[in-house]
Amino acid sequence: MFPFCFEWVWDMSHIVFMGGLWYALGIVGAGLTYCIVKAAKESSDNHSNGDH
Amino acid sequence: MSKGSKHKDKKFGMVIDLDKCTGCGACMVACMSENNVPFKENESNKLDSITWMRVYKLENGKSFPDADICFLPRPCMHCEGDHGHAPCVSVCPAIATDYDHKTGIVSQIYTRCFGCRYCMAACPYHARYFNWWDPVWPEGMEKLLNPNVSPRMRGVVEKCSFCHHRYQLALDKAYADGRDKIEEDEYQTACTQACPANAIIFGDLDNKKHAVYSLKKNPNTFRLLERLGTNPKVYYHSSREWVRRAGDNYLKHETTKA
Amino acid sequence: MDSALIPKGVKRCSLGRFSLWMIALTAILLWGVIAMLLCWFKGLNQTNMNDAYGFALWIWADLAVIALGGGAFFTGFLKYIVGKDELKNIINYAVVIGVVCYVSALLILAIDVGQPLRSWFIFWHANVHSMLTEVAFCLSCYLVVLIIEFLPLLFENPKLDRKPFFHHLSHNMHEIMAIFAATGAFLSFFHQGSLGGVSGVLFGRPFAFREGLFIWPWTFFLFTWSAAACGPCFTILITRITEKIAKKKLVKDNVIDLLAKISGWMLGTYIIAKIFDTWYWAAYTLPKQGFSLIDFYSNNPFYGIWILIVEIFVCGIIPAVILISSKGRKNKRLFMTAIILAVIGVCINRWVMVMQTMAAPVMTFEDWFMYYPSWQEVATTILPVAFGAIFISFAYRYLPIFPQESELNPID
Repeated sequence: MFPFCFEWVWDMSHIVFMGGLWYALGIVGAGLTYCIVKAAKESSDNHSNGDH
Repeated sequence: MSKGSKHKDKKFGMVIDLDKCTGCGACMVACMSENNVPFKENESNKLDSITWMRVYKLENGKSFPDADICFLPRPCMHCEGDHGHAPCVSVCPAIATDYDHKTGIVSQIYTRCFGCRYCMAACPYHARYFNWWDPVWPEGMEKLLNPNVSPRMRGVVEKCSFCHHRYQLALDKAYADGRDKIEEDEYQTACTQACPANAIIFGDLDNKKHAVYSLKKNPNTFRLLERLGTNPKVYYHSSREWVRRAGDNYLKHETTKA
Repeated sequence: MDSALIPKGVKRCSLGRFSLWMIALTAILLWGVIAMLLCWFKGLNQTNMNDAYGFALWIWADLAVIALGGGAFFTGFLKYIVGKDELKNIINYAVVIGVVCYVSALLILAIDVGQPLRSWFIFWHANVHSMLTEVAFCLSCYLVVLIIEFLPLLFENPKLDRKPFFHHLSHNMHEIMAIFAATGAFLSFFHQGSLGGVSGVLFGRPFAFREGLFIWPWTFFLFTWSAAACGPCFTILITRITEKIAKKKLVKDNVIDLLAKISGWMLGTYIIAKIFDTWYWAAYTLPKQGFSLIDFYSNNPFYGIWILIVEIFVCGIIPAVILISSKGRKNKRLFMTAIILAVIGVCINRWVMVMQTMAAPVMTFEDWFMYYPSWQEVATTILPVAFGAIFISFAYRYLPIFPQESELNPID
């Protein structure tokens, strides 16, 4: 799964398979992080607006 | 595998003479004893008992006086497939089984196997067995186990290894003697040595000095299910056409492969 | 008592009635849990599997629920990528059903392996050439995507929605849902296909083996195609069952009609491909290996040519024709028959690709291997069904799953 696992070989199969996997995980992870960070920012903004 | 060392590669295999096999089962017993193969208290259900080497009884289906039988010992075929692409090796999701290009032996790594049994589904020879139970030895028998072979735990797959530990021991001995090669008789499987009829011959299929090299070229020699492309390393020999035909599937109009 | 949790504008049964329903389902669930614990603590000797039947009921159940859960990815694909906006009225439920199916599949897999504590080896020591590795990776990743698709729905629960963070998070997730849906469709294409590849690559098993394109056997494409065709039928079937139990209409007919029409076309084209695949396999692949088609449909007590006819004709061509024609879709009885047949058809396909593959002898001196599951296998297979019913019941009661419900069932 990772290049430091001893079965790892830098061949086309590993690059294509793991590349696809990490690409998909990257998109999902980045998307989720974006949503959480934006929601946290928006809710704190709302909160401070409410204080005024 | 580097190309430079290719000339040193071995391809261990067997030629089994089915005309000599009497079906005595000595090979099965020797295999179980040598490889610490566990057994159940009640062995009547053969579908979940472990027999790395299994002797099948074949019948020609004819009535007296033409009735004929043949006993067919079936170890793991150590399929080479297409360049090591054995049916069971490529499917294992966790690399718990491997095709060794240096010996041609298909190994099983018990501590890596997590028991998905995909390799069993892939093997057309039913040469792979699952440990449905934990191994239990009759009291005192654990002291008689072979110290060179690790017993397997519940939930993993196991199979014939061509007594690979014997190969390692032979290599160790050769190294201690200052040799870099081993002779044919230095590495023989337990089933080969136990066969009283001398029906099982074992050696390097690519080594001209080994008996199997010429035996495999006999026109009456065949392999099981060759047409599937498994490229097995266990050859069978029989002078009887019906036995050779039983080795593979043929359409009615097809003639048995010579 | 739990009225604060119930979405606005909809009516639900009393908590007492709901609790009774839950108790009944939990009893079934517990039966499955006992069987599951037996398998984990005593080992797979609790099953009727054997060395000839290494893959059995559980693998079939896995393949079947994943195909049926395909409604989530395909409906998501149609809604977010193709732009069929009407499907927004059923996509929530498709996602809920998808979550149930994929959690069930992973649970069954966790019971099915001989050494469950080593299950992580499939990820850590991954063999990228194995179809099962591809299945494990894509299945787990897709479950994450499904949960992400489900979360906004959860955050819309009246209690949670009052918290500004969850309100905004839900809104933000909705905003970029197309990205998640596209990733889900990508992952689903591969794992649905890989499940077909699991049997299709077995060149030692002529019943399952198929030639194909590059590393992918034809079954790879057929499985994805059939899941996209029959998954939405399962979504429709569960929607109709829910409507029957809830005694009210939850989704407008035009939404169901659109999904069914697309399913029909998918099923129709799939079945043509399946017929072509079967013909090529019977006429070219099998004879090369010394087999004829009838070898796999004779000399055994169960698997006759009938199963092929039922799969392709009764559960393939017939439902496809009904679902494609607008007259067929408008006739309620005919429509439901087609939906049920399509669901049965995909289950039969998965059954034969697992069970018949194991049953058919390959060596000439062997006989057919027949098998029936133990009660532990049956109970652990029913366990996800009970889990699914509980999950769906909770989701229906407390989450705004059906956007059209309040419009279709106004409260006076």
